[in-house]
Amino acid sequence: MTINIKGLSVMVALLGGLLTSHGGNITVKGSDTLVILAQKWAEVYMSKTPGTKIQVTGGGSGVGLAALQNRATDLANSSRKIKAGEVAECIKVFGKRPTEYKVALDGLSIYVNSESTLKELSLEQLQLVFTGKIKNWKDLGGSDAPITVYSRENSSGTYEFFKEHVLKGKDFAARAQTMPGTAAVLQAVAKDKNGIGYGGAAYGAGAKHLAIKKTESSPAVEPTEETVVNGTYPIWRYLYVYVNPALDRGELATYLSWIRSDVGQAVVKDIGYYPLQKVFRTESK
Amino acid sequence: MKSTAQDPAARWLTVRRGQHRRPWEWVAEKLIFCVALSAIIVVLLIFVFVGKESIPIMFGRTTSAAIQDIIRVEDFDTTSPARLRKYLDLSEQQYKDLDREAKLELMSLKAEAGKEAANDKDARVNTVAWRHLLLPYQWSGYDHPEYIWQPISMIHKYNIIPLLIGSLKATLVALLFAVPISLAAAIYVSQLASPRWREWLKPGIELLAGIPSVVLGFFALLVMATLFQNVFGYESRLNAFVAGIALGLAIIPVVFSIAEDALTSVPASYIQGALALGSTRWQAAWKIVLPAAIPGVFAAVVLGFGRGIGETMVVLMASGNASIMSASLFDSTRTITATIAAELAETVFGEHHYQMLFLLGTLLFAVTFVANMIADQVIHRLKKRMEGKA
Repeated sequence: MTINIKGLSVMVALLGGLLTSHGGNITVKGSDTLVILAQKWAEVYMSKTPGTKIQVTGGGSGVGLAALQNRATDLANSSRKIKAGEVAECIKVFGKRPTEYKVALDGLSIYVNSESTLKELSLEQLQLVFTGKIKNWKDLGGSDAPITVYSRENSSGTYEFFKEHVLKGKDFAARAQTMPGTAAVLQAVAKDKNGIGYGGAAYGAGAKHLAIKKTESSPAVEPTEETVVNGTYPIWRYLYVYVNPALDRGELATYLSWIRSDVGQAVVKDIGYYPLQKVFRTESK
Repeated sequence: MKSTAQDPAARWLTVRRGQHRRPWEWVAEKLIFCVALSAIIVVLLIFVFVGKESIPIMFGRTTSAAIQDIIRVEDFDTTSPARLRKYLDLSEQQYKDLDREAKLELMSLKAEAGKEAANDKDARVNTVAWRHLLLPYQWSGYDHPEYIWQPISMIHKYNIIPLLIGSLKATLVALLFAVPISLAAAIYVSQLASPRWREWLKPGIELLAGIPSVVLGFFALLVMATLFQNVFGYESRLNAFVAGIALGLAIIPVVFSIAEDALTSVPASYIQGALALGSTRWQAAWKIVLPAAIPGVFAAVVLGFGRGIGETMVVLMASGNASIMSASLFDSTRTITATIAAELAETVFGEHHYQMLFLLGTLLFAVTFVANMIADQVIHRLKKRMEGKA
């Protein structure tokens, strides 16, 4: 396998060298969660600075990070933190860790059918539901009906985030149905009155968002911009961009600092994600 | 040309038919030969590529244990370069190119990765060993031994049995649904229908093959799932049954088309003979033509099976994709093809999950290959028996 990656990386490095050495051309690849946001950023930035061309493609966080290792992309979007194995591959190729930038916030909502009488759940209850320990709505104070759990494909950054932060690393119930996207989860929950699912807070029509309690005794919090940004809503995550530190200069560095400025963060809000806390932002120009 | 006729290479380069040389025929013949050859080579190359990626798992040369023996970062200077290179999985060139700093960083990364899982009792288990791929195991956090496919997890669980059963379940439903319908249609169209009807029916059914599978999947996801749930009242909306029926729709044109061809190619004298002896058209079709065409019909079913087990989009959308071990057709199910399609995009290239998906690909290839081989043998025997040679 090392031979394969090496061969590939040599090939791609040659190709990539041709593409990326050309000034003002930036390629962005990665997370499907981030792709709409990245495209909007690119659009706004390109209209502001003519002469810069930014190409954005999706494919998934893993695809973006693999492309980063192969020098097939300048920036890799990721909806999860980079994994140790991926950092190691990067070091093997560029000799350094890739630089990580937090670029936006995302809150994860818990969806239930709009007919459900349930209003709130605690993180612990959520863990029990999604790992399959609680199987009936009556254990949560609802009617006597089996719970249908909807989850995402395990290739999704959202899946990994949920598993790590809500399930505390435990496995999802084998019965959990996996859907190909947040929209599909939402659609399934909207049609299934016993369904429960999770996904970005930006999505939402068709199903009810539950308020979440951090512990049994703490107050239930609804996912809104205010509660996500100040951290009182317990299920939120950062969205990241990774870059080869050797490339992080010139036009690319300007672009990276622009997306984290107030102007760039205003775009985040338009798309439906949440802007970064002030500490992570760069000075506006 | 006569003098070189014995030499095989020279023979290949000559046109043997006809009295005159026809250079264009020669060119066309060789061109077609090359195209046919390249098709075989491409199939071989695909198999080699897919197989190659899965070799480390097949022969137990890879390990997915969360904790492996750690060389401490402090021991960098006291460890031999050869051992360090192997530990960090670097090629000689890479080892030379990287500076001390980068190597130290790699070592600390390895140690970090190990620490995360240190408390789990299964942290040292190599989960890609064959016994964990095929047999149940009681993982930490589970109450009893189970077949689990959970590749993204602290302990990567790669049991392929639920996926295999999922694929077979969906394909079985599809065949049970599609084979009777398409056989009946084939018998009707080839034997009983009037020529005018036949002209409309045959292309009509074959038009089904033109529906892209993603459209079929979408239809199953939105319309069929809800309809069947209302009719049968089962619990989970997306399941092997819905996926199987949708898959059946994709298989029908394949089975129909080949079975119809086989039935039509039964010599007309058989039917005429039967009719002359006083049988009805239905009796002739059922008792004479169908048995005579059995090898072709069987081939149609096998091809339908191959199409069904390899179909991806329909099952990805309509099966619910939960990797459950259950015999019920009304439970969600996860197939091999859907697993590959859904997971490959996010794997770390070259890691055990990536290799595992390629192993699944190889397995799928092997299943269809073996099915086709067996079918070929059966068809051969049936044909012989038909001709009264066995």
